[in-house]
Amino acid sequence: MTEVVLARLQFATITTFHFFFVPLTLGLAILVAVMETLYVTRGDEKYKRMTKFWGHLFIINFAIGVATGLVQEFQFGMNWSEYSRFMGDIFGVPLAIEALLAFFMESTFIGVWVFGWDKLPKKLHAALIWLVALGSNLSAFWILAANSFMQHPTGYVLRNGRAELESFFALVSNPNVWFQFWHVFFAGLTTGAFVIMGVSAWHLLRGRELPEFTSSMKIGVLAALVGSIMVSTVGHFQTQYIIHEQPMKFAAMEAVWEDTGSPAPWSLFAVIDENRQENPINIEIPYLGSLLSYNRFSGSITGMKTIQKEYEAKYGPGNYIPPVKWTYWSFRVMVLIGGLMLLLALWGLVLWGRFETSKAFLASSIWMIASPFIAVSTGWWVAEIGRQPWIVQGLLKTADAVTPASVVPAGTVMISLVGFNLLYLVLGIIDLGLMIKFARRPMNEDAGEEGALVY
Amino acid sequence: MDLHVVWFILIAVLFSGFFFLEGFDYGVGMIMPFLGKTDGERRAIINTIGPVWDGNEVWMITAGGAMFAAFPHWYATLFSGFYLALFLMLLALIIRGVAFEYRSKNEDPAWRERWDWAIFFGSFTPALLWGVAIANLVRGVPIDAHMQYTGTFWTLLNPYGLLGGVAAVAVFIMHGANFLSLKLEGDLAERARAISNLWWWVAVAAVVLFVVGLFGYTGYTSKGFLAVLVPLAAALALVAVRSLDGSSRFWAGGLAIILATVIVFIALFPNVMPSTLNPDWSLTIYNASASDYTLGVMTVVALIFTPLVLLYQGWTYWVFRGRVRVGEGGY
Ligand code: HDD
Ligand code: HEM
Ligand code: HEM
Repeated sequence: MTEVVLARLQFATITTFHFFFVPLTLGLAILVAVMETLYVTRGDEKYKRMTKFWGHLFIINFAIGVATGLVQEFQFGMNWSEYSRFMGDIFGVPLAIEALLAFFMESTFIGVWVFGWDKLPKKLHAALIWLVALGSNLSAFWILAANSFMQHPTGYVLRNGRAELESFFALVSNPNVWFQFWHVFFAGLTTGAFVIMGVSAWHLLRGRELPEFTSSMKIGVLAALVGSIMVSTVGHFQTQYIIHEQPMKFAAMEAVWEDTGSPAPWSLFAVIDENRQENPINIEIPYLGSLLSYNRFSGSITGMKTIQKEYEAKYGPGNYIPPVKWTYWSFRVMVLIGGLMLLLALWGLVLWGRFETSKAFLASSIWMIASPFIAVSTGWWVAEIGRQPWIVQGLLKTADAVTPASVVPAGTVMISLVGFNLLYLVLGIIDLGLMIKFARRPMNEDAGEEGALVY
Repeated sequence: MDLHVVWFILIAVLFSGFFFLEGFDYGVGMIMPFLGKTDGERRAIINTIGPVWDGNEVWMITAGGAMFAAFPHWYATLFSGFYLALFLMLLALIIRGVAFEYRSKNEDPAWRERWDWAIFFGSFTPALLWGVAIANLVRGVPIDAHMQYTGTFWTLLNPYGLLGGVAAVAVFIMHGANFLSLKLEGDLAERARAISNLWWWVAVAAVVLFVVGLFGYTGYTSKGFLAVLVPLAAALALVAVRSLDGSSRFWAGGLAIILATVIVFIALFPNVMPSTLNPDWSLTIYNASASDYTLGVMTVVALIFTPLVLLYQGWTYWVFRGRVRVGEGGY
């Protein structure tokens, strides 16, 4: 295998792994902050127990998020040095701001929050977890600003053989980042919500600590409702945006090879043959393609073959079609999960306060814990794989971005690829084990010993 | 002032902060399994840095981010060139970060013992490797006309590089021990002080050799009067460590670390990565830098947020001032 393939494999695996933990941090931070605020304003010890219980899970998760984030900061230099040279002038800016503005904030205040339960006044202590939540979500914003440039370059000029920043304002007002940010924000909220729902369901199913876990479940259901409605809504508009900005990605998401007529159907299930560039089997729902793309019952979708010709004329010969199967199926899995999430949240709303009466609901909630993690991973695969062969849309190809083999040969990348993945596998197993162990503990055991949140 | 110079200084500041703060973090991690005889003692030792180590680590992340933004070629050449060294360091840091959080999540002594050694190796490895990396950085590495590193992992393990590694490990152990004697009580604090006294000798020897090497390898003597003043001040601070007590002892050691970092950056200037193949192929603050516009934007950002960060990080140390007792549940 060439070093490009290995470097891509490494990037894809370890970034996906990082992003298992990130959305849970994003969402859980907010929900724990809500619980502690309820404790401070209502003075009910129940909410303190909840804060500590969910806070504990938060910390276990946060630790791996931070540890895996470290690799992220350096891997652009390690494996993508030509990318770093070409893009550093722009990409480095949000990255450095992320560290200075967001990472310092979350990492500093989380330390004080964990160790400061009996050192600080209640209100100040609650303010700290809000700052952690703010910091985490700010960090998401800045890294997404960096990623958005790769999806849709704005405010740059090509000079000195590289892309140089011309407008900082254009960088942060890139429409792409505002879709991405809100989509990721609500994906995070949903992730936190479904973890809380699933764990609460496990306890409710056993009839344990009904008041605590019913309250937790209520918070989870509300957040899941808001989160899943919003993530789908934003996702819908994001898709429409992509039709304009990255038509090739969109065509791959829909596995549309030839231009469709108007109105366009929506493919429910396709067997895709990427070599012959056709779909031998394709089950379609008429009109829905147009409806989803343009909010009306007409309008056609441009096919990959047409766009391929356009790009060849514009950028020279080459293959501009991304891996279609991955893009198509990742998108469908994400959307399907979005739908299931909304249904479960609605079910919870119907049961409001009497969750323990429906075993089926509780069992579904436990099973659905996995769903946000699958959805966020497949979501990123749509975004990143659908952009190939470009690393920066229209400006730089992934194959030209990798560190030259003379500096980092394929064998070396193989070492780090295997090394990181083995370590992550072990850590992932340990983390899962600890999460399960602490998720199953009763809340009150925690509340007994003061400062139970300490290691 | 020339923005290239400003950013060179800012990155020196970030590295100084990083080595000062993570210096004692790494030191504490390296000392912990030896100083702490019981689980309670080890817990107390870890608790001295528990609330702050993550914030300290962000100094390194920010230094990396700042290099990316201000000197993209430096970031690209350094981290691709030192690939395997950085890979090892990242593995170590990942394990270390996780170990702090996970060691107490299980009562089993074997579990805890494993994580304690993870903390040791997770602290020792980056300390050593940063020393090796910095020594090679000032000494120069083979870089070709296209800013690409042409050496291998083994190129870095030359005698001077290893000396840098030893110096970093020794200084950080001393610094960590000083921190512990400040934050722990009674017998533990005494024993920490003894460790500091012992490693002081190694630190002095390694640092002196290192600075002498600098004079040999680099055009250091041509850097003007600062180049003489700073090593003198660093020597003074290092000597003072042994005769001082309590917090002044800690600060003297910290000052020595900061000044040593400054020496390295003086030796580099105006290069950021000198080439041993041809001086014209060196990366400098001019040919490796971002555009003036980007440097300007980043300057504004840094001027606003760096003081803010210092302020709230300082506040956290104030909240957790005072000594840590063994057997104290939390703090
Ligand atoms: C809980 C997770 C979750 C759920 C339920 C959804 N998404 Fe999503 N999606 C993500 C989590 C996510 C994500 C992981 O956060 C991504 C990756 C990049 C991004 O901006 O968000 C993403 C990416 C992403 C992209 C690619 C963006 C790009 O290329 O820049 C599109 C078009 C959508 N989403 C659309 C949708 C639609 C129409 C949904 C309707 C149900 C939906 N998503 C549900
Ligand atoms: C956190 C969630 C993310 C995931 C799961 C993810 C996943 C991926 C995947 C799967 C690829 C490989 C595409 C292919 O090989 O066909 C890729 C490519 C890439 N992405 Fe992302 N990405 C994420 C976020 C980001 C962000 C935020 C950035 C930038 C700030 C980024 C930068 C890149 C780069 C540089 C590549 C090119 C290397 C390659 O093709 O493998 N990614 N990403
Ligand atoms: C969309 C993609 C990403 C988002 C939203 C995101 C967000 C976050 C968040 C919220 C954290 C805090 C810890 C945690 O969540 O558990 C974190 C950690 C970290 N991330 Fe990511 N990240 C993404 C991808 C990346 C990438 C591509 C980089 C590369 C530069 C990166 C660098 C880091 C670093 C260095 C840390 C550790 C920070 C610390 O010590 O506090 N992340 N990330």
